[in-house]
Amino acid sequence: MVEARGLKKHFGQTRAVDGVSFTVSRGEVVGFLGPNAAGKTTTMRLLTGFLRPTDGQAFVSGIDVARERQLAQTKVGYLPENAPLYDDMMVLDFLNFVADLRGVPAPGRNNRLRQICERCGLMTRLGTDIGTLSKGYRQRVGLAQAMVHEPDLLILDEPTSGLDPNQIVEIRELIKDLGREKTVILSTHILQEVTATCSRVIIINDGRLVADDTPEALTDRDATAVIRLVVRGKNGAVLDALKLQQAFAGLRGVRAVEPIDGEGEGTLGFRLRASGPEDPRADVFSTAVAQNIVLLDLHRERVSLEDTFRRLTRGHGVPNA
Amino acid sequence: MHNVMTIARRELRGYFDSPIAYIVIVTFLLVAGWMYFSALFLMDRADMRAFFSPSPFSPSMLLVILAPAITMRLIAEERKSGTIELLTTLPIRDIEVVLGKFAAALGLVCTALALTLVYAISVALMGSLDWGPVVAGYVGTLLFSATLLGAGLWISAMTKNQIIAFIVGFIICAVLYFVYWLQFFMPQALAPLVEFISVSSHLDNLARGVIDSRDVIFYLTLTAGSLILATRALSRQHA
Repeated sequence: MVEARGLKKHFGQTRAVDGVSFTVSRGEVVGFLGPNAAGKTTTMRLLTGFLRPTDGQAFVSGIDVARERQLAQTKVGYLPENAPLYDDMMVLDFLNFVADLRGVPAPGRNNRLRQICERCGLMTRLGTDIGTLSKGYRQRVGLAQAMVHEPDLLILDEPTSGLDPNQIVEIRELIKDLGREKTVILSTHILQEVTATCSRVIIINDGRLVADDTPEALTDRDATAVIRLVVRGKNGAVLDALKLQQAFAGLRGVRAVEPIDGEGEGTLGFRLRASGPEDPRADVFSTAVAQNIVLLDLHRERVSLEDTFRRLTRGHGVPNA
Repeated sequence: MHNVMTIARRELRGYFDSPIAYIVIVTFLLVAGWMYFSALFLMDRADMRAFFSPSPFSPSMLLVILAPAITMRLIAEERKSGTIELLTTLPIRDIEVVLGKFAAALGLVCTALALTLVYAISVALMGSLDWGPVVAGYVGTLLFSATLLGAGLWISAMTKNQIIAFIVGFIICAVLYFVYWLQFFMPQALAPLVEFISVSSHLDNLARGVIDSRDVIFYLTLTAGSLILATRALSRQHA
C-alpha cells in the first residue's frame, strides 16, 4: 500500500529526513512516533507529495509520488498538521469544495457527505463558519475532508493534538473504526495513543527510523517487567555470583539475568528480565531462602513503551539502568 | 478546467463575502466616474477616451493600487494559514490553482468595469457616442488589468506575508505604469525601450480606439509570463 525507499529530505544543512525506508500493507494502522522535530511531518509530506524528496522514493499503491503526484494523491486522504482549513467557509461548503476538486461525482455526493458528517459528528455544525469552530471540531472537519473520496489510505498528522481528553477518546475511536476498513498512518508524540490505536509502530528520531514493530513487541523487547534485587550473604559469607545468577535464571518467567552493582561491600545486585503473566518475585524470595542469603531489596520496574521510546530516541539507556 | 472554475468560484465568493469587492467597486465607480464626468462637460465631447487613457484617477491608475490589493492574499494567505498544504495535496495541477485564482481576481475587476457601463450609457443618452472606441477601451483596460493582476499573483505566490505581497506588487505595477512619464528624465536612447515596456503607453493606443495586435500581444505575453512564474513559485517545493 505504502512504501518508502531511502527517503531523504534536506533543507539546506538540516537533514529533516535522512534515509527512511518502510512498507505499510493494506489494512494496517501504523503510528509514527518520535519526539518533536524528529521528521514525522516531513515524512508524511513526502508521502502525500506536498514535498519532493531530496533523494529516495515514496510509493502509494505502487505509484511513485514524485513522478505521478496527482495520480498518487487521488489514492490518499490527508489531514495535515494542525488541520489547516479555510476559515471563511462553512463546513458543508468546504467539504463540497474538496469533494469537487477530488472529483467526487455530483450524483450521490450529498448522501456521501451526509454519511461522513454523521460519522465525524459534524451534523450539528454543517452551516457553521469553520473559523468559529473549536479545535475538536476543526480536527473532525479535517478528518471528514480526508475521507470525502473514500480513499483506501488515510495519512493523519497528529490527529489528536490540542484536544481535550474527551475529544481525544472520540477521535481515537473514530480512527480505530476507520482502521477496520482502511490503511491508516498517523503521527503522534503521545505514546498511549499508539498502544490504543495502532497495530504497528514506526519510531523516527533525527530523521532516521529507529524501530519498526508492533507496540507489544517493542515493549516486550525489553521484557514486560524488570526486577531488581540486591542480596547479601548471611554473616558476611562470600557469595558465588555465578551460582546465584544461574539459580535466578532458572525461575519461571525469567528470561534473562544480568549482574548489576550491589549496595556496597559484600552485596550483589541482579536485574531479572521477566515476561509472561507470572510474577517471579515470590520465586525469587523462596530461592533466596533456599540459598540461605539475605534479600536486601526486591522491586519491580515496569517497562513501558515509554521506556523503549526514551531509550531509542535519546541514544542511551533506560533510566535506572 | 473544472478545477479552475471550482477554485475561481471559491475565491470570488471570498471577495464578495469580505469588504474587498465592495471597496474595489465603489472606488472604481466614485473616483473614476467623478474625474471622468468633471472632465466630460469641460471637453464637451461625447467619447470615453478620457476615461480609459492613463491619466490621474483614471480606472487604469486606480488599478495600479487596486490590482495588488486584490491579489495580495490569493496565495500568500494560503501559505500563512497552512491551507496551501491542503490545496497542493489535492489531485489538482498547480497551474489550475494559479489560473483559478487569477480568474477570480479578473472576475472581480470585470464586475467593477461592467458597472461603469452605466457611464457609457449615460453619455450615449446625452450625445452620439461612437461605441467602437468604447469597446476598444474596455478590451484594453481588461488586458491591462490582467497584466497587473498576473504580476500581483506572482508576487503573492512567493511570500506568506500579504503586506510584502502588496508593497512589492504595487512597486512593480507602479514602475510599469509610470515609467512612461519618467522617460523625459531618461537618455533619449532609452525612449523606445521605455515606451515598449510601459503598460500605460500600450493602453493609450487602445483607448484611442485602435486595437493593434502588438498591444494585445504585449499584454497577453506579460500576463502569461507572470502566471507561469506564479505556477513555478507555487510548485517550488514539490516539483
